[in-house]
Amino acid sequence: MHELTITENILEIALRNATKSNATQITDIHLVIGQLSAVIGDSVQFYWDYISKDTIAEGAVLHFRRIVAKFQCMECHFEFPLRPDTLTCPSCQGFRIITIAGDEFFLESIQIENLR
Amino acid sequence: MTNRMIRIKENIFKSNDGYAAEIRQQLDENHVFSINIMASPGAGKTSLIEHTITNLSKQHSIAVIDGDIATSIDADRASAAGAKAFQINTDGACHLDAKMISDKLVELDLKSVDFLIIENVGNLVCPASFKLGTHKNILIASIPEGDDKPYKYPGIYRGVDILIINKIDLLPYVPFNMDYFLTGIQALNPGVIIFKISCQTGDGLLNWFDWVDNQFSKNFVL
Repeated sequence: MHELTITENILEIALRNATKSNATQITDIHLVIGQLSAVIGDSVQFYWDYISKDTIAEGAVLHFRRIVAKFQCMECHFEFPLRPDTLTCPSCQGFRIITIAGDEFFLESIQIENLR
Repeated sequence: MTNRMIRIKENIFKSNDGYAAEIRQQLDENHVFSINIMASPGAGKTSLIEHTITNLSKQHSIAVIDGDIATSIDADRASAAGAKAFQINTDGACHLDAKMISDKLVELDLKSVDFLIIENVGNLVCPASFKLGTHKNILIASIPEGDDKPYKYPGIYRGVDILIINKIDLLPYVPFNMDYFLTGIQALNPGVIIFKISCQTGDGLLNWFDWVDNQFSKNFVL
């Protein structure tokens, strides 16, 4: 359900930047979503179609670039993806793990049309 | 007509984070210590808040903001325990965001309060993404939820300062492997402060009250 709030934020950022560039239409929106960011693309799309109506972003195509989560063990420096059931290092069973990718959630760019 | 790309690279949560920063500034200016309590439904958020109010309302002036999809049951309980209570009904939304808190703070006289407790909507996913500007983020995990929750909801377990394990009186009756649970915590959030409590029997609550009380002497000399 928090995708509604998120989608409103996406629309606000897109419209603000498009207006600055005198856009008449936003055709594409490029989003980056990390695996750990708990955002469902289909759900964003669902709300998008509804809330972008009657704005210059209506009909814009949403593109999702997904980033796979990656962790690193601070003991042995081994890098590994998200695995079910366990959070320790698969190489040395170490506990001290940092996230190096997967938290991202930002609007990367938009494609616009303008008269100039 | 031209067609071009504009690079933006803006965090989707930027506007929420902006409100959160303003809230923190307001709280600091008024010397209010604040916590955001998150948990799944039924973990014991309201029970812990009731105990906390009952125990600390002599020393501190406490306000509670309760987030719920509907009803004012939780705010009524906090009010009955002796706090100034404010309800936010999110009308279906699964979390509180900083804008909702910011709007509510207008009703609240921060000068007459020194401890603000925010009770978030019962949910282990969405509240983790929305900072509220509080000094500490707290998660309550309860024994009957199961020992696999850190593994299934890593986002919320990673982002908190305090973990409260509630309903420890049920350990003899439900399958819960504390070592497995704590191994997950260790990997996700190695520095987190942990309290093991039971709101039912009162076990461990004194440690929690002491910790809360200590935050005032540390940061908020009035």
